[in-house]
Amino acid sequence: MPVLELRGIARHFGAIQALGGVDLTLDRGEVLGLMGDNGAGKSTLVKIIAGSLQPSTGTMRLDGQEVRFARPGEARAAGIELVHQDLALCDNLPAALNVFLGREIVRRIGPFRFLDRGAMFARAEELFAELKSETRPRDLVRSMSGGQRQAVAIARTRLADPKIVLLDEPTAAISVRQVEEVLGLIRQLRSTGHAVILISHRMPDVFSVADRVAVLRRGQKVADKPIAQTSAEEVTGLITGAIEIA
Amino acid sequence: MSRQDETIGSAARAEPFDAVGFAARHSAVIFLVALVVVFALLEPRFLSAFNLMNVLRQVSISGLIAIGMTFVILTAGIDLSVGALVALSGLVGAYVAKGGLEDRFAVGASVDAGNPVILAFLAAAAVGMAGGALQGWAVTRLRVPPFVVTLGGLTAFRGAALLFSGGGPISGFSPAYTWWGQGRIATVPIPVVIFAVTALIAHIVLRHTRFGLHVYAVGANPRAAEENGVPVRRVTWLVYVIVGFACGLATFLLSARLNSAEAVAGLGLELDVIAAVVIGGTSLFGGVGGVFGTVVGALLIGVLRNGLVLMNVSSFIQQIVIGLILVAAVAFDQYAAARRRS
Ligand SMILES: Nc1ncnc2c1ncn2[C@@H]1O[C@H](COP(=O)(O)OP(=O)(O)O)[C@@H](O)[C@H]1O
Ligand SMILES: [Mg+2]
Repeated sequence: MPVLELRGIARHFGAIQALGGVDLTLDRGEVLGLMGDNGAGKSTLVKIIAGSLQPSTGTMRLDGQEVRFARPGEARAAGIELVHQDLALCDNLPAALNVFLGREIVRRIGPFRFLDRGAMFARAEELFAELKSETRPRDLVRSMSGGQRQAVAIARTRLADPKIVLLDEPTAAISVRQVEEVLGLIRQLRSTGHAVILISHRMPDVFSVADRVAVLRRGQKVADKPIAQTSAEEVTGLITGAIEIA
Repeated sequence: MSRQDETIGSAARAEPFDAVGFAARHSAVIFLVALVVVFALLEPRFLSAFNLMNVLRQVSISGLIAIGMTFVILTAGIDLSVGALVALSGLVGAYVAKGGLEDRFAVGASVDAGNPVILAFLAAAAVGMAGGALQGWAVTRLRVPPFVVTLGGLTAFRGAALLFSGGGPISGFSPAYTWWGQGRIATVPIPVVIFAVTALIAHIVLRHTRFGLHVYAVGANPRAAEENGVPVRRVTWLVYVIVGFACGLATFLLSARLNSAEAVAGLGLELDVIAAVVIGGTSLFGGVGGVFGTVVGALLIGVLRNGLVLMNVSSFIQQIVIGLILVAAVAFDQYAAARRRS
């Protein structure tokens, strides 16, 4: 049974049809590369899976059970983590508190609960070390580089043990070395049975980690095939529309 | 006060000393100390214990509301209605204190027939919180900008206060009531004690609780906060309830001090309150600042007023000076925000 199964997912924003009925399945331990031109509907699709948007029509099954997420927190609780394209960071807060935002560690003192900064800073430090990032837990996000910000957003997905990790263009703004770290992380997630959707414009990234590639064009899925049965040329053609459908 | 230090949990790091940045971050404290020194030199009466207590007592009322306003401004909101809410909740509290009797307008009337002080306080606090809850609802559910909602609140609450009182004051409370405004604990006026305790509690809430962290997150990036599971609407609604409670508490102390509540109480109070918060370094853009800065800002305004009065400077000039300082603080806020963005 696939861990995730989408049927006829559509979403419009007023008159704009961002997604026009997309079917998609995802298996445990599988990495799906999701590609498409700007505005093709990639972000909209992963936001729907992660509960930050609701589909206009269509159904979603998680481990065979139909689910509807009204809020991102519900999807998170069900084991779905999304790293947003814009990272969704609060730049007035230190890195560690951004990692834990919404899932803070608290300590009880009598009837009160207080933030346990020490625990959060220590855990964030470990997570950044695992990601081989130089991000320091106490630094304000405001003062951090693109790669460090990316590490903060990715570190959030490591707090729980999710079933599905959705990465929306995680390698767009970072250095070559950091790209390797992110790709290594994706491989590690696959080897531990996690399912991953990687949205990327970088053909080499997708071809080096993905098992399967799906292409969206103007809200429609125009291709979905194993990576071994396609090529960068074909995928490029599908993205631009030079190749109608595969 | 310190813009950097009051950002939640920021690190002290070894960086080349940035004198401009340091002065800028601590400008309110530096300015406060400078003012105290100048007034102490120019006016011998200024440093007397009696006068300093007087300053603290005057500051405590608007300061209490400024603490509540700090929560609101941290979420990038504003509450212009606080002065009017002080009048309305004060009248209701006073009405309850006097037992809600028909002869409530008479000085000294029916002191014995009145309700327990705690009931009067709870009534004032309840009206303040209800007013805040209503405005918070309009901000979060009707999506009307806080400036507009609370501008409406400013007129509506003032109108309600005038309607309720019929124009006259409610005066003459029991000694148990006036003690809260006029009494002292070991020479420290009660309102000052309450101001200090409230500031401490508010500081702990903002810096050490989940709710406090969420206030900062909502102010910086409400969408990101929402995506991470922060209950943005509830947090935003609650900050208006908090400032409403602060109005109720402040008006209780004020009416106890003056032994009177009236519909024109708190006229223009919003300006002092917002000035204290902004001069104290809390950014009108949200997400940056804190209670410690607000206390410094409130003290700064209080010291300035007091010193100028002692030196016989006309109250018109005081208004001009405070207005200029407020604009300077906001100009600085713009500059600091631009620097943060770059
Ligand atoms: N919140 C929104 N409101 C209105 N239109 C939106 C919104 N989000 C996305 N869209 C539109 O939906 C389409 C798909 O956007 P998106 O999913 O972000 O594409 P991609 O991530 O593939 O670049 C675009 O035309 C975009 O303008
Ligand atoms: Mg996108």
